[in-house]
Amino acid sequence: MDIDELQAEALAAVADAATERVLETLRVHYLGRRGPITQELKGLGRLPPAERPTVGARINAAKSVLVAAIDARAAAIAQGQLAESLAAEAVDVTLPGRRQSGGSLHPVTQTLRRIESIFVGAGYEVVTGPEVEDDYHNFEALNLPPHHPARAMWDTFYLEGGLLLRTHTSPVQARVMERSAPPIRIICPGRVYRRDSDLTHTPMFHQVEGLVVDEGIGFADLKGVVIGFVHRFYDREVPVRFRPSYFPFTEPSAEVDAQCVHCEGDGCRVCGDTGWLEVMGCGMVHPNVLSMSGIDAGRYTGFAFGFGADRLASLYYEVGDLRLFFDNDVRFLAQFG
Amino acid sequence: MKFSEGWLREWVAPDIDTATLCAQLTDAGLEVAGTSPAAPGFAGVVVGAVVDVRPHPDAERLSVCIVSAGAGTSQVVCGAPNVRAGLKAPFAQIGARLPGGAIAAAAVRGVESAGMLCSAAELGLGDAAEGLLELPEGLAPGADLYAALALDDRCIELDLTPNRGDCLSLRGIAREVATLNDIRYTAPDCQSVPAAIADHLPIDIDAPGGCPRYLGRVIRGVDLTRPTPLWMSERLRRSGLRCIDAAVDVTNYVLLELGQPLHAFDLGRLQRGIVVRMARTGERLKLLDGREVALDEDTLAIADGAGAVAMAGVMGGERSAVTAATRDIFLECAYFAPLAIGGMARRYGLQTDASQRYERGVDYALQEAAIERATRLLLDIAGGAAGPAVVAESAEHMPRPAQVTLRRRRLDALVGEAIPEAEVDRIFERLELSPSKVGAGAELAWQVTAPSHRFDIAIEEDLVEEVCRVYGYNRIGARTSALPMPLKAVPRTQAPVAALADALVGLGYREAITYTFVDPTLADLLDPEKTAPRLANPMSQDRSVLRASLLPGLVDALQGNLARQQPRVRLFELGQCFAIGAEVDDPRSLVSQWVGGIACGARAPESWAAPKEELDFFDVKGDVERLLEIGGHAAAFEPTNDPALHPGQSAQVLIGGTALGRVGRLHPEIERRLELSAPAFVFELAMEALLRTAPRRHQPVSRFPSVRRDLSLVVDAAVSAAAVEATVRDVLGDALAECVLFDVYRGEGIDCGEKSLGLGLTLQSASRTLEDDEVNRSIDALLACLRKDFGARRR
Repeated sequence: MDIDELQAEALAAVADAATERVLETLRVHYLGRRGPITQELKGLGRLPPAERPTVGARINAAKSVLVAAIDARAAAIAQGQLAESLAAEAVDVTLPGRRQSGGSLHPVTQTLRRIESIFVGAGYEVVTGPEVEDDYHNFEALNLPPHHPARAMWDTFYLEGGLLLRTHTSPVQARVMERSAPPIRIICPGRVYRRDSDLTHTPMFHQVEGLVVDEGIGFADLKGVVIGFVHRFYDREVPVRFRPSYFPFTEPSAEVDAQCVHCEGDGCRVCGDTGWLEVMGCGMVHPNVLSMSGIDAGRYTGFAFGFGADRLASLYYEVGDLRLFFDNDVRFLAQFG
Repeated sequence: MKFSEGWLREWVAPDIDTATLCAQLTDAGLEVAGTSPAAPGFAGVVVGAVVDVRPHPDAERLSVCIVSAGAGTSQVVCGAPNVRAGLKAPFAQIGARLPGGAIAAAAVRGVESAGMLCSAAELGLGDAAEGLLELPEGLAPGADLYAALALDDRCIELDLTPNRGDCLSLRGIAREVATLNDIRYTAPDCQSVPAAIADHLPIDIDAPGGCPRYLGRVIRGVDLTRPTPLWMSERLRRSGLRCIDAAVDVTNYVLLELGQPLHAFDLGRLQRGIVVRMARTGERLKLLDGREVALDEDTLAIADGAGAVAMAGVMGGERSAVTAATRDIFLECAYFAPLAIGGMARRYGLQTDASQRYERGVDYALQEAAIERATRLLLDIAGGAAGPAVVAESAEHMPRPAQVTLRRRRLDALVGEAIPEAEVDRIFERLELSPSKVGAGAELAWQVTAPSHRFDIAIEEDLVEEVCRVYGYNRIGARTSALPMPLKAVPRTQAPVAALADALVGLGYREAITYTFVDPTLADLLDPEKTAPRLANPMSQDRSVLRASLLPGLVDALQGNLARQQPRVRLFELGQCFAIGAEVDDPRSLVSQWVGGIACGARAPESWAAPKEELDFFDVKGDVERLLEIGGHAAAFEPTNDPALHPGQSAQVLIGGTALGRVGRLHPEIERRLELSAPAFVFELAMEALLRTAPRRHQPVSRFPSVRRDLSLVVDAAVSAAAVEATVRDVLGDALAECVLFDVYRGEGIDCGEKSLGLGLTLQSASRTLEDDEVNRSIDALLACLRKDFGARRR
């Protein structure tokens, strides 16, 4: 057979090969030891010496073409097989992933963490204390001697035996002042208890109280911290106003209102049409409170503030009924994951 | 405190509108809780003069009246019993709009009626529906009633703090408004009424501590059936008080006007004289509201010769109460000490307008003026003749006006900026603090005397507050203080609480916050061996005991979710629990911190990817093991006899032999009693020990290859996995890099009473490549030990 015909026939067969196996058979058939190409090369010696280089070159060229065609065909077949197996392995990527259910922190905890991080960033220490308290730390040490009429401001839960559930986290402040010297800069988050239950009151809620005591602390410092906190908490410079108020443990005392974040002061259901939301009580620490805890009230002054974390959480997350926080309905909790 | 703006403006007239007035009051610490119109609103109602009254031809109870409304007359059918010729009454003409609807021409039982004569109730001016509202004779017929009664007025309600008892009166509020606007206020005439008769009642103060001062006056010949004039009843109404009779209305009026409570006794029912004394134990008193109370020795009583007639400063008694038939009155006007009244009012649960004022402090110099004012008003309305006002007083028990000094330096320090001197002068003047000044510049000081109406000015800081609040809290600047910058201490041996919460969130638990007080029945079921404190005054029985563990709250939350068709629940909580300890005085000894969880329902959320599998003990144990990793604890799990838990699926968690908590399935009997639809698994760990952590130190990781050998062992079913693992660790020692229990099997091929354990052992040396031979020798030694200890054999 003519070498050109041989090459044409072999190339046609390679092009038709559908599997690696067929291709291997063709390789052996054409290029193997007994294959026509090898035989032709072996037959070169029988040719006149002058023809040998030309014919030899021709045969080697045909061999190279064939080897290249077989390699190319092999690559194409491998490529096709990979594509096929990839296609077979494809999954529906829109199916849900395999996982444990999501957990979540309670919205009040998330709010407390937010509050704590704001104050910790300014050097405040977070201190906690017992939810069961004695009369001294909950009332007396806060300038509320027995029979003080202002005790009626807190509807207190008492335990059999005379201890009580703390009505605020202020007793933690008293305990801190008893054992440490100024400068003091703390916040005291925790559960507190009052006998009260409706849309906006639960018998248990969370309070955060802050206390700063040092030389030269004035009302202007209190305003700076309180306004700064409200701005950081809402992440917005909402207007803040101070109203004179009364707490036995501070003098002067103030209530703090922030402009309603719902209606931006226009008046709405959330703010009772006043345009303002009461956010905390605060004041300059009463000198009796400092003295009772062993701090020189002539030398040191300080301010204190306190607010309900649940209330802030309810404003932050727009939860209308505070009681929902303690229902622990997983569908409610899941909204804060 | 509710009052009419119109009334206030009679006292003090700043040139500002209602909104500005309210904002001023709120900014000064007298919070305006709300305002409302003085009348609900009506139109087309005029003053009608009844000219003629004839009986209705067809109805016994109706009259046909001719009413003049200035220009012309109308015929009106009326059913009121008090309609009479000459009466002036509200006349709703055709087209008038009343709160109840519009007035149209109508025929009443066949007689044309061109409008309606109205009662107070029909106009929305009170409850009196029994007859026509009788208008003052001086009003001109045809005049618009809205204007004639000055109903273009608003009621302002103040939410006062307990220190501002001085503002529980028009006089007090007027003083504040005058101060805020730097103007004067006008007080009503309180000139003394000369005695027309000599009658008086002896007054004996036996308890001068509680009652330093008592004024009394006899008034004879009053007629309490005479109506209270409209101007007074309207003011009372706009202040939220109802009209009773002239005696009560006058005392209420003076109470609102001046802030001084008074009480009128029926003189005829008092025996001999008045004694102000402490009550005797067991002494009984029937009060005006019909309640009968047993008095105690701490109760200040007003008594006559026959016993207690009133609880001083709180409420009068029924025996001596005035009635319509009362002709002679004994009028009481006293100063009672705040502490004496406050304690009583709370003890007996009686909060009255009088006790509210006495416990906050009534102006102790006000009694003469008040009794004269009340006498004048009463005589004007009910007639009669007054005796002399008799004063009994114990001077040594009267309050002493506090002298307080405010130093310029202290003021500036506490405020944080300098408020101008003239401003402070003005504030103290207007507040009637009689200021005088000493020194100058930084050494300046104001010396003031607390007026008799202020009970909240005792120390320098009180004056700072007065200055600040009148000057304006919102005018004081805000300062970012230059405090030292201490760096936060972060203990190395204490993991943060947040790490626990975050780990549990990662494990698919949602954080719950449950009430700290729980149902005692549930507490007994879940913590029968703990004694938790009980509340002395719970709000309800099902929240009457403090939690001894987190389980009652979590179980309750689970029940709630199951009831709301949420079958798959994983909740955790962090918080304080309470147990009565040895030392009861220190509250801290009752408290411990716990982390707990509850899981119920399928192991994983329902999914296409895995068959539904129910949760079991090892799911929750795995979660506990994750929490133990936070502190790096190697804890032991030992079977436990916890009565709340399934005896075969529960464990006590121990660190170094000390119990840290529990984990397991709720006892099936408890699940049944709580009607749980699926098994519930719980855990609970003491937080302090859990978070205590030894500082971690790095262990080098071996660079040499490891060898894994798997052993299948058959042991008695009672042999615990932990015991086998302990022997493995003991025998292989440092050579053991990891021990995995990859299989536990009971069933076909294994004798009943036995089980097969599959152990995957990874051995590795830190310093060299282990030889096959030595590994084999180690494993042989291990097998020998396991055979000796547990009778274990290879499967």
